[in-house]
Amino acid sequence: MNRLRWRKGVDRFWTVVSGVAVLAAVIPLASLLWLVISHGAPGLTAGFFTSLPTPVGEPGGGVGNAIVGTFFMVGIASLFALPVGIGAGIFLAEKGDGKLGSIVRFTAEVLSGVPSIVIGIVAYGLVVSHMKRFSALAGGVALALLMVPSLARSTEEFIRLVPSALREASLALGVPAWKTSLRVILRTAVGGIVTAVLLAVARAAGETAPLLFTALNNQYWNTDPFQPTASLTVQIYNYAISPYDDWHQKAWTAALVLLLLVGLLNLVARFLSRNRLQGAPR
Amino acid sequence: MNAAQEISPVNSSPRRPVDSLDTPVRVSPEGPAPVVAAEPPKLTVKNLDAWYGSNHALHGVNLTVPPRSVMAAIGPSGCGKSTFLRCLNRMHELIPGARAEGTLLIDGQDLLSRDVDPVTLRRRVGMVFQRPNPFPTMSIRDNVAAGLKLNGIPGNHHEIVERTLRQSALWDEVKDRLDASALSLSGGQQQRLCIARALAVQPEVLLMDEPASALDPIATAKIEDLIHELKERYTIVIVTHNMQQAGRVSDQTAFFYMGDLIEVGPTEKIFTNPSEKRTEDYVTGKFG
Ligand SMILES: Nc1ncnc2c1ncn2[C@@H]1O[C@H](COP(=O)(O)OP(=O)(O)O)[C@@H](O)[C@H]1O
Ligand SMILES: [Mg+2]
Repeated sequence: MNRLRWRKGVDRFWTVVSGVAVLAAVIPLASLLWLVISHGAPGLTAGFFTSLPTPVGEPGGGVGNAIVGTFFMVGIASLFALPVGIGAGIFLAEKGDGKLGSIVRFTAEVLSGVPSIVIGIVAYGLVVSHMKRFSALAGGVALALLMVPSLARSTEEFIRLVPSALREASLALGVPAWKTSLRVILRTAVGGIVTAVLLAVARAAGETAPLLFTALNNQYWNTDPFQPTASLTVQIYNYAISPYDDWHQKAWTAALVLLLLVGLLNLVARFLSRNRLQGAPR
Repeated sequence: MNAAQEISPVNSSPRRPVDSLDTPVRVSPEGPAPVVAAEPPKLTVKNLDAWYGSNHALHGVNLTVPPRSVMAAIGPSGCGKSTFLRCLNRMHELIPGARAEGTLLIDGQDLLSRDVDPVTLRRRVGMVFQRPNPFPTMSIRDNVAAGLKLNGIPGNHHEIVERTLRQSALWDEVKDRLDASALSLSGGQQQRLCIARALAVQPEVLLMDEPASALDPIATAKIEDLIHELKERYTIVIVTHNMQQAGRVSDQTAFFYMGDLIEVGPTEKIFTNPSEKRTEDYVTGKFG
C-alpha cells in the first residue's frame, strides 16, 4: 500500500519535471516567434517585398533585391549541390559498402560539421581571391559546400528505405542493375529526396556567414553571377548592426520575411514527406 | 538419360489425364512420334551446389523439368527451396558472398556459364515472389508494362497489357482503372498483377516462390487456378510449404531436406508411394 503511494508520488514528480522541461523548450521558441512577429509586422508592406533599400531616414524602401538575391544564390548553389549531393547519395546507397564508400561518408560527415564561417573563408579562397571580386557565384559556391553533405546523407537514407523487394522485382524482369537503380529505386525514393532538397534549400537560405565575404552585398537589383549580390540574411545583419532605429525596424521586418520563407519551405517539405509515407509500400 | 526424367512423363497431373495427352500439339514432319517421350526437358539441373559464404545450402541437386508442366518444390523451412529457385534465374548470385556451381540447362543451353548474361537469362525465366511487390509509384498499367518499358522492348504495349492481365485473370477486375495506383489493389490482386508483370516480357519459364503464402484462401484458389491455365504455355517451378497446394497444382514434386534433393517424381507418386522414408515421413506430416 505504502509502496504504491510511493510509486505514485515518484510518477507525479517526474511528470512535473518533464512538463517543466517541455516548457523550458517551448518558451524560448514561442518568444522568438513573438518577438520577430511583433517587431517585424509593423513594417510589413507590399512595398517591402518589391522595393530597393533606401538610405537612413528616407521612408519606404524594402528588401526586394535581397529576396531576389537570396533566391538567385540558392539557385546557383543548387545547380552545383544537387547533382553532386544527390549523386554522392546514390553512390553511397548503391555502392557505398566498400572502402571508397566509407571515405565518402566520412568526408560528408566532417564537412557537415565544419562551421559555416569556415566554409565562407574556403569559398573566398576558392573563388573571390581568384576572380578578384565579390560575386553571387562565390556566394553560391559557399552555400553549395554547405548543402552537399546533408543532401548526400539524406539521399542515401531515402534510397536505403526503398524495400529490396522492388530491386529484386526489377532485376528479375531482366532489367540491368544500373537501370534498376535509376528508374525503379530512385523513382521510388524521389519524394523523399525532394523533401531533402527543400530542407537543404531552406537551410542555405538562412545562412549569413558564408555570404558575408563572398557575395558581400548590393544596394541594387542584380542577377549577374559575377557581381556582388544582396541577400536577406546579410541585409538583416547590416541593418541590425547599424546605429539607426529606422534600420533596426527594417532588420526585424526582413527577419520576419526570412522566417516566413524558411517556414514555408519546411511546411512544403513536411507535407510532401507525409504524403510519401502514406503511399509507401509495407 | 537421367533418372528423374524416366519417371516423369509430361503432364502426369492426376486431374486432367485426357487433355494433358492432347496438349503437346507438335506435329513433326516425320509423322506422329510418341508425343510424350519426344520432348526434351525444358530445364535440366545437374550437380547444382549453392553456398552463402561458407554455408553450403544446396548439395548436388539433379532434376529435369519437362516443358509446359509444373514442378513443385516442397520441404521444411530452411531446406533450400528458395535457394534452388533463385539459382534458376541467377538471382542467387546477387546476394553478397553467395555463389552457385553446377550445370543448368534451359533447352539444352548452359546458363551458369560465364558468358551467359544473367540479364538476358532473366527475361527468359520470370519470377514471382512470396510477397506481392508491385512498383508503388506506378499505375496498374505501368506495372504490367514495366519490364517492356525498362528493357526498351518495342511493340504494342496496350495490347500486351490487356493480354497478360487476361492471362493472369485480373483483367475484368482492373480494366476500368488501369491508371490507378497498383497499391489500390488487394494483396491477391497485387500478386496476380506481379504474375502479369512477369508474363509481359514473355518468359519461357516462370518461377514462383510461395506465391500464395501471404494470401487468403480465396485469393490462393485463384492463383492455383491460374497456375493450371499458365502451364498450357509456360514451364513452372513453384515453391510451396503447403503440401495440399503442391498436390493440387503440380505434375512433379521435388522434396528437399537440409539442402539435399531427397526425391523427385510424379506428384501422385510422391504423395502416395514415395521411395524414400524421409519423404513419406514429411508428406504424412510426421515432421516439418
Ligand atoms: N540471404 C541469405 N544469407 C545467408 N544464408 C541464407 C540466406 N538465405 C538463405 N540462407 C540459408 O540457406 C538455407 C536455405 O534457405 P532457403 O533456401 O531460404 O530455404 P527455404 O526457402 O526452403 O525455406 C538456410 O540454411 C538459410 O539459413
Ligand atoms: Mg523460402
